[in-house]
Amino acid sequence: MSRKLTKHEYQHLVEKTMPPSRVLRNLLTAFITGGLICAIGQLFLMGLKELGVDEETAYMLTTVIMIFLGALLTGLNIYDKIGKFGGAGASIPVTGFSNSIVSPAMEYKKEGYVMGVGARMFLIAGPVLVYGIFASVVAGLLYYLWSQAM
Amino acid sequence: MSTRTGKQTVVLSNPPVAIGSAAIVGKKEGDGPLARYFDQIIDDEYFGEKTFEKAESRLLRDTLVKALEKCGKSAQDIHFIISGDLQNQCTAASYAFRDVQVSFIGIYGACSTMAESLALGAMLIDGGAAEMTACLTSSHFCSAERQFRYPLEFGSQRTPTSQWTVTGAGCILLGKQGNGPRITHVTCGTVMDMGIKDANNMGGAMAPAACDTILRHLQDTGRSLDYYDLVLTGDLGSFGRSILTRLLKDNGVEPEGRYDDCGCMIFDLERQDVVCGGSGCGCSAVVLSAYILELMNQKKLNKVLFVATGALHSPTWIQQGESIPCIAHAVSLENNT
Repeated sequence: MSRKLTKHEYQHLVEKTMPPSRVLRNLLTAFITGGLICAIGQLFLMGLKELGVDEETAYMLTTVIMIFLGALLTGLNIYDKIGKFGGAGASIPVTGFSNSIVSPAMEYKKEGYVMGVGARMFLIAGPVLVYGIFASVVAGLLYYLWSQAM
Repeated sequence: MSTRTGKQTVVLSNPPVAIGSAAIVGKKEGDGPLARYFDQIIDDEYFGEKTFEKAESRLLRDTLVKALEKCGKSAQDIHFIISGDLQNQCTAASYAFRDVQVSFIGIYGACSTMAESLALGAMLIDGGAAEMTACLTSSHFCSAERQFRYPLEFGSQRTPTSQWTVTGAGCILLGKQGNGPRITHVTCGTVMDMGIKDANNMGGAMAPAACDTILRHLQDTGRSLDYYDLVLTGDLGSFGRSILTRLLKDNGVEPEGRYDDCGCMIFDLERQDVVCGGSGCGCSAVVLSAYILELMNQKKLNKVLFVATGALHSPTWIQQGESIPCIAHAVSLENNT
């Protein structure tokens, strides 16, 4: 360019003029979506307890049901729309975790069950699993040391 | 014979003619404002194939066949097919033409591919290496998403500067003689990197390359922007368009009234939920070969500077923390007046 902007000046210009994220709207839709998903989970939990299922099993079954629903809605091409509307409100609950595993599984089926589905299934969920397991190991170790010291 | 003028511009002494063109697009593009100019609108994103990659290949092949049909030529009249796309190793194009017995030049210019292929095709003809070349490119929303973003069914939000990859293929046949707009000048851009790292802000990353090539073209040819009825960028989108307008003004060039962007034209930005507009090789290819050439043939436009921009990154480089190198190629299309 004849009137040269430096890289720094240009990046500043871009940041200054970029259309902003709709933070308030996104917070609100995330709150509503995440809240609704959790409320549905709560309904299942209460229903299961009502049916006489013991507390621990009821929690476990609720999680299983929510994971199933997330997978089902992903397969029906609905969860991506919920995610687009709800953002983090749809991706943080366990239904979102389910969506992040089922969606690549669907997408990469064309590359076969081993190198496609098998290898790519944890494309998005992989980091969550790696650091989730790592964090739980650290927490377990700390808990162990704490209980020994007491 | 072609001659050079200035630093980067080639003057074509016997300007090759755009003798035919065709464009095939997907459903969303067919719902957009330019729908009636396209030769075919495909409702099925698989285009009758088993995968998106194959669908894109078929788009390319069918578009070439359509373009040849429309001007009564056959594949054997073509001396070079110059084509590329966004898939890894440019495979949409290579697979599309594996059964066509014509010399094939595969190119990668990301979304600048249409201008790159027209530039090469025109220089080959003017240089005497070919009588006729086919310049075409494609993109497919679904194959590009899996290449550059997330799986289709993954629920995520788009950022305010993101764009929507166009599903479509555009083809222009260039010939030594014939009727139609002529390619008179070619300005091939240099790779420019202004340090933008956000792969969801292509418009912002590519605008400086477009500005550089436009200014270079004007300087090399001694023309002012007023010479053109329309300066058309490829897929800067609404944000990139506003940044480019500002950069040009800062350099004393007033683009108002004679500048537009294919990414903003192919979709209705208010209605079609595409954020900043269309992108992808197919975006500028279909707008140019269907809409702009039609307006030129009707003499509603006589001088058009087509400047397609490309972001030359890959997901690997972005994950390694690098910024996005960009390019813009300009092709001057003019009617005999």
